[in-house]
Parts: sequence; C-alpha cells; structure tokens
Amino acid sequence: MNTPLLELKGLTKRFGGLVAVNDLSFDVHAGEVVGLLGPNGSGKTTAMNLVSGALPLTAGEVRFDGRTISGLASHQIARLGVARTFQLVRVLGGMHCRDNVAAGLAFRPGGLHGRAAERAAQQLLERVGLGAQAELPAAELTYIDQKRLELARALALAPRLLLLDEWLAGLNPTELQQGIALIAALRDEGMTVLMVEHVMDAVHALCSRCVVMNTGSRIADGPTREVLSDARVIEAYLGSDEETAHA
Amino acid sequence: MSRRDAMAWGAGALALAGLATVPQWMHNDYYLSLLISVLMYSVLASAWALFSGPTRYVSLATVAFFGVGAYTTAVFGETLPWAAVLLIALGLGVAMALVVGLATLRLSGVYFVIFSFGLAELVKQLVTWYEVNITKDLGRYVFVDITAQDIYWQLLVLLALVLGLRAWIARTRLGLALRVIGEDETVAVHVGINTTRVKVLLFTLSAAFMTVAGAIMAPRWTYLDPTIAFAPAISFQTLIMALLGGAGSLFGPLLGAVPLVLLFEFLSANFPNHFAILVGLVFMVIVYAVPNGISGWLRRRKQHNGGGK
Repeated sequence: MNTPLLELKGLTKRFGGLVAVNDLSFDVHAGEVVGLLGPNGSGKTTAMNLVSGALPLTAGEVRFDGRTISGLASHQIARLGVARTFQLVRVLGGMHCRDNVAAGLAFRPGGLHGRAAERAAQQLLERVGLGAQAELPAAELTYIDQKRLELARALALAPRLLLLDEWLAGLNPTELQQGIALIAALRDEGMTVLMVEHVMDAVHALCSRCVVMNTGSRIADGPTREVLSDARVIEAYLGSDEETAHA
Repeated sequence: MSRRDAMAWGAGALALAGLATVPQWMHNDYYLSLLISVLMYSVLASAWALFSGPTRYVSLATVAFFGVGAYTTAVFGETLPWAAVLLIALGLGVAMALVVGLATLRLSGVYFVIFSFGLAELVKQLVTWYEVNITKDLGRYVFVDITAQDIYWQLLVLLALVLGLRAWIARTRLGLALRVIGEDETVAVHVGINTTRVKVLLFTLSAAFMTVAGAIMAPRWTYLDPTIAFAPAISFQTLIMALLGGAGSLFGPLLGAVPLVLLFEFLSANFPNHFAILVGLVFMVIVYAVPNGISGWLRRRKQHNGGGK
C-alpha cells in the first residue's frame, strides 16, 4: 500500500502532570475502517481531538495525505477533508436541520450556498433518514436523530477521513442496526473512517482493524479478531472497568 | 421569495424617503431632537446587533467607539471638511476595532463582556489623561457648522446602511457562519469556519457604525468632556434596547430603541432626580419579562395563533 491517509507519529498530550496520550503511533490507510478502542479514560477522545485540531498537541506529529496537519487550526484541518462527530452530540439547536447540514456544505473548498446547498442538504438528510425533518429545529430531534444530523453535517464537508467519536453509543438495538448499516454503506463507497467505539457488535461488523489504547498508550494494533483476543487487551478491560460486558 | 424580498426592499425605501422629509414639515426643535435621539440609538442598537445578535457575544464597548467618534469631531471638526472628519472617525474606529478584536475575540462568554466594559473605561481614562496632562484642558467646545437637520439626515443614512448591511449579510455565507458561531463555536471551526476572521470582521463593521454615529452626534453637545462622550450609560442603553427588541432579527433593535428612547425621555423630564433608579428598574423588568425580546415574543405569539410554521 502507498502512503497512509492518516499517520499518527509519537502523539503526546499532557494536561499538567497527566499524560492523556503517550507516544501514540498508528496509521490509517485510505478505505479502511479502523476502530480506536480502550477502557474509559484511556485517551481515545483526546487522540481524536488532537487529530481534528481541537486540542494542541504536546509532542509528535499528525500527517494527513502525506502532509503535516498538527499545528494547523481546526478549520484548516476540516477544509483539508477531515470531518468529525462529537462524543457528546453537538447540533446547532436553534437552526433547522437543513441549515445544520448547510453549515457543513458552505465552508469546505468549493462550498455551496443558496439553492444548490439546499438541494445537497436535502439529499444528505435523506441519506441519514431525516428527509422529512428538514424544517424542524435541530433541538427538537430525538437523540438518535441528532446523531444522524451530526453525521449528515460531517458528510456535508465531503470528507476524505471521517472521525466518529462513539457515534453508535446510546442507541437501542434497532437504531444500532440502522447505524451500523449506514456506516457500512459509507465504507462500501470507499470512505475512510476512524471510530472510537465501545459497542463491540459494531466494531466486529465494521472495523477491519483496531487500535487499542490503555492509559494513553497503544497496547495493540491489528486485525479486529486478533486484537480482541489479545491477552493484554482483555487484561486492560477487565482490570479497569466493566466494558467487557459488551464484548 | 424574491418577489416578497423586492416588496420588502421597496417598502424600506419608501419608509426611508418618508422619514427623510420629516425635518421639512416639522419645525419643532424639541421633536426633532427627540427624533435624533431615536435615530442615534437605532443606529447604535442595530450596529450592536450586527455583531452581537448572531454571535451572542455581549459587548459593552459601544461607547468606546462612539466616544472616539465624538472626539474626532471635537478635535478636527473646526479645521477639516465634514466628510474628512467622518472618514477619520471611520478610520479610527476600524483601526481600534481590528486591534481590539484580534486581541480579544478569542475570549468568550463573561470574559468578553468584562473586557469590553474595561475597554470603554480604558479609552475614557486615556483621553482624560491626555486632556489633563497634554492639552491642560479637560473640556472641549465643538464648533461645527452642522444643523440639527443635517444630523438627522446623516443618522438616517447611517441607519439605512446598517440595516441594509444586516439584511445582506443574513443571506450570505457570512451570515450562516455567524449563526453557526452563535450556536456552537466548536462546531463552527469543525465545519471549516475561520471563526477569528469572521468575528473580527463583524466586530469591526459594527464598531465603524458606532464611531461614525459618535462623530455625527458630537455637534449636538457643543461642550464635550470624557464623562459625556464615554458615558457607560450609552453602552448599557444600547444593549438593553437591542435585547428588548431582539438582537437576532433585522428590525428588533428598532423595536427596542424607539419605545425606550421615548420612555427614557419621559422619565428624565418628569423624574429627573430618580432617573437612574427608574432606568435600573426598566432594565430588570425587560430582562425578566421579555428575555427573547419583542421580536421573539411576536414570533412565538404568531406560532401559537397560526399553529403552523
């Protein structure tokens, strides 16, 4: 394979004395769906924030498509084609769903505005199953629909890399199946995805490869099945909380 | 859609033309000065809402810019042509807003409020220091050959410009960016909005209007000193007018400015000794009773009655 789409090299983030992410390195190749796993507090979300530029890193380097993006502002990283959703869902509550998606369309390179944006936003809403709610204020959506809206907004950026931070958490079994199907469809279209996820069914169904973190460091990286049976991974989960209940 | 827009613009132009004729048939100085007050606060509240309405950054720096504009007239009004005075005021306002904006718009929430208030006081103290130590004279007389009618017309033009600008921005990508920033700044940067640039740009536009309004208003006072030109009450009244009317909608600030200027005028004429107490009460009642502003209240009533969108 040629150069990876995303390269993390020795990523480190310190908050005062706490090392949240410690010398983390791994690659994501174009077209891959990679799971970023680990017990609560192991630094997964911090790692996502370092990639999207939401937090400045203490040391290390993030490369996207062969170019260094660590040090760039979040809006520059977004325009290069890195879109994300948030662990605690963030929709623009006072705006209509269509405008939420229009916000994702307007500021990317070759951004859309006006009629063209309305049409594109409507298509994206239909894609995530919100076609009928286009005129509804986002704050009035249910939790799952807000998550769908967030995904539509991320897709509106026409990203080359999608960062999903526990996008499938908190869904009921039916919603979970729909969510998995949606991401599987994106994968089949060639979308590259890095997802933080606790729902093991989803990880098994979607991720070809997994990276596992514990207390800020990478403890495993490989094909999903192998990684999840790795002794250190099992120990990390059993030793720190009950997340294994899902596995 | 576009036909409705055309009608709205037409109605706006007609209203403007109608208002422009007022000084020609109304020769009562008292009413004219009242109208000038209404216009001044309409400009200030609309300019305030230009930046603070969509972004929800509460600024108390209005009078910092307004006062700089007033002092520009006091300093250059006698020697330079009027257009040059207004241009200098515009330049000063823009320069000050750029410096302040780049330095502070990374602050958010209450920190920005406090900073903006501090800025107004800082400018006031700097001007005071300069007048006391350099010119050795705290007050200035403003001798400019500008009539009340001129001031009325110029403020009217300024109001038309700020309303036109707000209406135009609301339909551009910039307007969308502002609304996203007001909703959630983290989301804004992650959809590719350069939030610093957008905020500085709008803060500067808003400040430009405030500064020019100050320059136009200065001849009304004849005598000017820092406590008049930089009175914090101007910032607070602008804020409460915009909030009362509703800073998010185009005509919201006018809905707040018109009744409040009249109310404050009535209070200061009838209760000169208790004016500040009564104004304080008005502030509290407004924040308590109409938290979403008159325009928000009207919108909700319409939704209740119409039962639809």
